[in-house]
Amino acid sequence: MIKMKQFSPNVALCALLLCFSLASSADEIQDASKLFKQGQHAQALEKVDALLAAKPKDAQARFLKGLILTEQSKTADAIKVFTALTDDYPELPEPYNNLAVLYAGQGQYEKAKVALEMAIRTHPSYATAHENLGDIYAKMASQAYDRALQLDKSNTSTQTKLEMIKDLFGGSSRKTTIASRNVVTGVVSAPKPSTVVANAPAAAPALVATPAVPAKPLVAFTPTAPAKPLVAADTNEDALKTVHDWAAAWSSKNVKKYLAFYAKEFKTPDGESRSAWEEQRKTRISAPKSIHVEVKDAKVKLIDSNHANVSFKQFYRASHLHTSASKTLALVKSDGKWLIAEERAGK
Amino acid sequence: MPYATITLLLIGALAAPVKAGEPVLVKQGESDSRNMEALLAKSLHSIGNNKLDVALNEVDSLLKVNPNFKLAQLVRGDLLLARSQQLNDFGNAPNAPRERMDDLRDEARARLQRAQQQQPLTTTPKYLWQLDAQQHFAIVVDTSKSTLYLYENVNGEPRYVADFYISIGKKGTDKVSEGDQRTPLGVYFINAKLPKEKLTDFYGPGAFPLSYPNEWDKRQGRDGHGIWLHGTPSDTYSRPPRTSNGCVVLNNNDFLQIGKHVQVGHTPVIITSQMDWSDDADRAERDTLLSEIEKWRNDWTSLNTDAYLAHYAQDFSTGNTKLAAFAQQKRLVNSGKSWVKVKLSNVSVFTYPGQPNLVVVNFEQDYDSNNLSNRMNKRQYWMKRDNKWQIVYEGSA
Repeated sequence: MIKMKQFSPNVALCALLLCFSLASSADEIQDASKLFKQGQHAQALEKVDALLAAKPKDAQARFLKGLILTEQSKTADAIKVFTALTDDYPELPEPYNNLAVLYAGQGQYEKAKVALEMAIRTHPSYATAHENLGDIYAKMASQAYDRALQLDKSNTSTQTKLEMIKDLFGGSSRKTTIASRNVVTGVVSAPKPSTVVANAPAAAPALVATPAVPAKPLVAFTPTAPAKPLVAADTNEDALKTVHDWAAAWSSKNVKKYLAFYAKEFKTPDGESRSAWEEQRKTRISAPKSIHVEVKDAKVKLIDSNHANVSFKQFYRASHLHTSASKTLALVKSDGKWLIAEERAGK
Repeated sequence: MPYATITLLLIGALAAPVKAGEPVLVKQGESDSRNMEALLAKSLHSIGNNKLDVALNEVDSLLKVNPNFKLAQLVRGDLLLARSQQLNDFGNAPNAPRERMDDLRDEARARLQRAQQQQPLTTTPKYLWQLDAQQHFAIVVDTSKSTLYLYENVNGEPRYVADFYISIGKKGTDKVSEGDQRTPLGVYFINAKLPKEKLTDFYGPGAFPLSYPNEWDKRQGRDGHGIWLHGTPSDTYSRPPRTSNGCVVLNNNDFLQIGKHVQVGHTPVIITSQMDWSDDADRAERDTLLSEIEKWRNDWTSLNTDAYLAHYAQDFSTGNTKLAAFAQQKRLVNSGKSWVKVKLSNVSVFTYPGQPNLVVVNFEQDYDSNNLSNRMNKRQYWMKRDNKWQIVYEGSA
């Protein structure tokens, strides 16, 4: 159940990223995308098919079609669409990622793993793929454990699998969450302990086999954040300092101090409760012997006097994990102090 | 703690690298399970060296051949999980029954120990003092090493053929009573062969019932029955070291290998909790005993009844008959003889595990006299006390 939350917004993210890109036929795509988000899948598909009739190679349209088919439980067709996308656009990680989600839903973890590895090969710092890969490993581990202990085939792990596909694009509440949010957690926020690892004393961040190399920008799919004129240099400095202080608190493993950087209205990555998220962060931060977080190339975009986005490269080093990722913190000013309202991967 | 360190702790500092499958003097096919074991050990060794990817490859290739190798599945689970979280123990399956997990850890230890140990090519177990010509093979089980050794009879002397991982009783060894889930220690023989068709899948490809309780066990008041050598269910490659109800359980391939050599009614199975190896002093003692047996035969055929009876210990018994009654009967029989001839053939001698001064002697006795002749298979238990070998039990076998 918990895992699905990780899968679904990621797919949604990909959809949204697509919406922001490629000026051509943007309106039609947006219309189709809107219909899709409203749950009008048949109409959305109609629109997408019409688009594809004119431009059969259009990546966005095909991607959206894949999402619609997934939603319509036409998994095999969806897999075909995403597979074709990976063939035509091997440099894009999103189709690989979604393919992996679909395979995982079918319990084909080996295939899911390969797809995610491809996604990571194209974009080594692609946080979503790393997280999903962590989940896949946990799933495969669970399968191996089942075989080791010869647990009943009808055990919880198998049931979770079935629910996963059901909930992949779940109920309407999930949908609104997805639609209103284009957030993924960064590489450093590891997969939540799923049912598989529930008993593990402390979950460390996702273990990445090889140190991730600096992120390549996602050329085609980078959302264009509305640029606002910069206001005051002082405000910029304050926002920047906040981010560095936040990284320092994290590095010192001072959970209380770290959590104090988050605003009351902070959007938790998976829509979970604040307390659940805090609990999880506490566990994550406590687990490794040491953590070192470095913020580099930080850029502040002031939206207004009370809102700012700080984008930077985050270098995370813990006992078992070295990652680097692009991250953006959405800051909000409260009582004259910058606090984190949202945390997302990418610029 | 890094997973590598945990694994090292588990296996007790794996110092020397484990070489993969080096079957020495093992014929093709018989080394399969050894190779599996070596591959598993190699994988655990790679973990010890923090080469988790290599370890996963090794365990994967092992599982391709034997997907039912549960311990290997456990290691695989750990290796996969190690990619997404820090591991704090060997065997991280959540909600797993603790007992099952401990069992698999025990198997890991036993397997590693086996993979590291030198195969006994030059030494022979103390227990096999002499094999008779009909006993083509002999089996010695060392429960402390979870190992069954197979020996071939080469001119009466045992020669190492192969050894196999085995599982024994849940509660260990030294069986005393029915249902105590222990494996007996002693000198036994394979009594029968139960084919697959007569058994449930639980026993795998068949079973060889052992002669527990033997004459010595009965004398000690030990009871119970149904101690077998058998295989594993079709969905199980091997069972953890202590999981049976007293039987000695082999992997199915290994069981079939042994099955090729086992002779019902002949093959000895000696089960010990601590292997003793033969040495010069031991061989000298064997010669002493053999000459004592010869003296016993001589005193009998010379109708020197006093000397003959002096070979029997004060606490001698056969069934319900004690020494006094036995002596009386022998004197009566011998008094009616003008001549007696006794020929012994197919003499085999086994020392009793854990009882350095007790041996089991088996032979075919060809008895001829002026008024009676017969042939029988006889078994004697000889015991050395005050530097003197004496018979404590005698009966037909």
